[in-house]
Amino acid sequence: MKHEQNHTTPMRYGMAIDLDKCTGCGACMTACMAENNVPFKEDESDKLVSITWMRIFELNNGKAFPDTDICYLPRPCQHCEGHGGHSPCVSVCPATATDYSQETGIVSQIYTRCFGCRYCMGACPYHARYFNWWDPVWPDGMEKYLSPNVSVRMRGVVEKCSFCFHRYQLAKNQVYLDGERKVPEADYQTACTQACPAGAIVFGDLNNPEHQVHQIVKPDSENGNKSRNPRAFRLLERLGTNTKVYYLSNREWVRRAGDNYLAHEKTGQVSKPHH
Amino acid sequence: MKVDRRSFLSFVIGGAAGTALSPLPWKLMDDSSIWSQMWPWTPVPPDGEVVYEDSTCTLCPGGCGISVRKVDHRAVKIEGKKGHPVNDGGICILGLSGLQLLYGPTRIKSPMKRIGERGQGKWQKISWDEAMAILTEKLSDIRNKGEAHTVAAIAGTEGGTVPALLQRFMTAYGSPNFIRTPSHQDADELAVKTLFGASGRTGFDLENADYILSFGSGIVDGWGSPVRMFRASSLWKEKNVTVVQVEPRLSNSAAKATRWIPVNPGTEADLALGIAAVMIAQNMVDPGAVAGAGGWENQLLANYGTKKVSQVTGVDAGVILELAKGFAKANRPLALCGRGKGLVAESLRETAAVYALNALTGNINQEGGMWAIPEADYIRWPDVASDELASAGLAQPRLDGAGTGRYAGARHLLNRLADAVNGGGPYPLQALLVAGANPCYDLPDTRSVRMALERIPFIVSFSSFNDETAAMADLLLPDHVYLERYGDVPVGAGLAQQVIGLSKPVVSPQFNTRHLGETLIVAARTMGGATADAFPWDNYETCLEETLAEKWDALIEEGIWVEADIAPVADTVRLAVTDAPAVQAEGDVNSFPLLLIPYDSIRLSSGYIGDPPFMIKTVSGTVVKGKDGFIEINPQTASATGLSEGSVATLTTPRGEARVRVHLFEGIQPGVVAMARGLGHTAYDGYLAGKGVNVNELIGPVEDPSSGHDAAWGIRAKLAKA
Repeated sequence: MKHEQNHTTPMRYGMAIDLDKCTGCGACMTACMAENNVPFKEDESDKLVSITWMRIFELNNGKAFPDTDICYLPRPCQHCEGHGGHSPCVSVCPATATDYSQETGIVSQIYTRCFGCRYCMGACPYHARYFNWWDPVWPDGMEKYLSPNVSVRMRGVVEKCSFCFHRYQLAKNQVYLDGERKVPEADYQTACTQACPAGAIVFGDLNNPEHQVHQIVKPDSENGNKSRNPRAFRLLERLGTNTKVYYLSNREWVRRAGDNYLAHEKTGQVSKPHH
Repeated sequence: MKVDRRSFLSFVIGGAAGTALSPLPWKLMDDSSIWSQMWPWTPVPPDGEVVYEDSTCTLCPGGCGISVRKVDHRAVKIEGKKGHPVNDGGICILGLSGLQLLYGPTRIKSPMKRIGERGQGKWQKISWDEAMAILTEKLSDIRNKGEAHTVAAIAGTEGGTVPALLQRFMTAYGSPNFIRTPSHQDADELAVKTLFGASGRTGFDLENADYILSFGSGIVDGWGSPVRMFRASSLWKEKNVTVVQVEPRLSNSAAKATRWIPVNPGTEADLALGIAAVMIAQNMVDPGAVAGAGGWENQLLANYGTKKVSQVTGVDAGVILELAKGFAKANRPLALCGRGKGLVAESLRETAAVYALNALTGNINQEGGMWAIPEADYIRWPDVASDELASAGLAQPRLDGAGTGRYAGARHLLNRLADAVNGGGPYPLQALLVAGANPCYDLPDTRSVRMALERIPFIVSFSSFNDETAAMADLLLPDHVYLERYGDVPVGAGLAQQVIGLSKPVVSPQFNTRHLGETLIVAARTMGGATADAFPWDNYETCLEETLAEKWDALIEEGIWVEADIAPVADTVRLAVTDAPAVQAEGDVNSFPLLLIPYDSIRLSSGYIGDPPFMIKTVSGTVVKGKDGFIEINPQTASATGLSEGSVATLTTPRGEARVRVHLFEGIQPGVVAMARGLGHTAYDGYLAGKGVNVNELIGPVEDPSSGHDAAWGIRAKLAKA
């Protein structure tokens, strides 16, 4: 049923973010806000109600001066595949406002269907979803920069990173017009990937061996898509959320920060999801 | 029917229960939430034809190429320009936020004159003709009294035709007081002049270096051309280049480095000289590029023994030896200086020490090394023919003292202006023109700067935004913002090439503003005589096109002009014995046991441009929370003062006092307090104003004994529980 409508193999769009390159500069956050008409308030210092589809977290190694080290971790929606498309948020949405696309692997969010129950926010282990507690207000004149490609959200709905899905739609339209079938790697890139001045983010189809992200991650489809790259890890990988955002670091303490490891446990273990 | 108490209560209670059991309340609640989601004020952005227009960003000195996405006539997104030699598609957080500046509420929308008290914010909109009449009458009055020198101009930069027109205006008018805002560029120019014996600037071939020794330069915190630096940082990771960051605080640059060397604040020069001494003592020096080093070397060996340097800097003697070996033995080592974004000039002693390190490795004008190159020299206008009034004015000394006496080495000393105006100068100032600068916020000891501005009877601001200095002005003549105008952008910022970018109008002017170049040409014309003769152009665009001459077509076509093959100003570095002492922090150790150092963050715009809403949104809750600004201290410092995470404290320095909140950070030396630059604005809009503390209110300028440049790297401070 799932694959019947596809003429080509399904894609799994995902990311590899090199935390050793990431400088925490915030360009990805801002590129995302500018691309996706994300609103802002006078005071955004209460981060629980500050809408940031892409957010940079600061990690530290917990050591005292001068052995301290810090690392920045950009967190978009992780676009969990779970087991066969059972993303945590998709499973709980009573309105089918969020769905897992078998064609692209992107977890969608349809604002006009959402009625604001926020079950998905409770279900998301990554705090990647945000609720519009207020109507968005742009200062007089500033609404001129709003993009027509992404609808402005109203009060009372949940929103989150869409992997710039509108860019996929535009790219797909273009390749169809050109008589092609598949969107080339360079034609569909998210705003954060494009903006990152350090080149820390690589985006593409994890299923396509020609895409750079596949070559970096080398996902092991036999083992819950765990990366074969020893530098790579996913956030809370052992929950079985099967996320499509991979992080890379040479530093063991950073990789350990990706999951709740007990003192004796080693990184890189994935338990099979319980079903 | 008789309504008794009993039947009335039955009716009310029964009615309430019946309504509650009916679907009515739920239906109404549901409907009202749906209806109120559809208020007409939620905008629906109109669709239209999409085009991209290329230009050059001028929000910082970096000179990145940008590509602006437009839908019909609206600019909707700024992206980095692919293939651009500076940023190749990358873009920084400020560049991305540019449209919030263009369309934002902080714009000054028309020429205005002050009608209330200074700083009260009462303005009257006037026409450009009226505004120009006020300006030229006032300036003509002063000039006709033979007091042309009592007019000063402050500019954010000297590069490009617009600042050059302002400078030319001042010369033709008869004032020597054209003053550039301070930055590391001041120290760099002076160091090149001192070491190479010629005018120029340094450029760094970062991409080909294989060992980077950075003395506090914010490699990924906004130093140089920021996007180029981010790219270089990633390239070094890929090539396994060793990057050593010497800095008292674990900045983002230190965190990205291969190795972080915490150093006592303000002792970076000592460490550089200590490393040089080890290199000399152990014969690890390339003698080729150094001249007259004998005396210098002996002085170094005598005064910068490893043990002593270790005591001063707090860096282990073994580490100093290791750094010296690593640096000297690398194939293409490169040392950098200019703390953070390079917003403070710093001392000649420090800059020269770091450049001397480069010279000792023989990397001068070499691949992967430090280059000494001339500034792009394309503005070749005929000399101004001064009339009598102008000559008299130009014969007067500069108000800031730059270029003469003790300050012979300096060209601009804006840090001395406040003192000069507040009574220490040779003459009072009657008028001040401010373009692309915000001295009331940006200069150290802002209180005395504001006091100085209060004494100046006539202030004109050309700012596009409601900044702190515009708030102090009498006349506002707003400039277009960069997306609305033409302009040439010569890029220095540590590039080893000469690059000129072109800014082009991406959208038509949104408000009743005027290009500063145009304003100056019109003003000069109106004033007539020799002033008018110095401005023969019909308008700014003609001036720009004529000035750029053969480069104009290339710039219109490509948006950029690159001169890669430039002859260095000189190949040999002359090292001379100096006795310049280290620059000390202001304040007495006993009353102020701690040290306050400002730090730069790429997420906090700290120059003339204030943080737009997008940027301030990305600032961490441990830097700003509500209206409170934070300081960073080591948990040891905190427990000594009885402070804990988030507690409120009073931070006092010899220059001022502020209420702050405390963030505990293990990445900072005990005894040191760090505060972010770029907060504590009083102007702009509600998205920025009133958040945190302006560190410049707590820090005063400290003059570099060799030049007079501001070399303050911090100030002594104390902290008390509030």
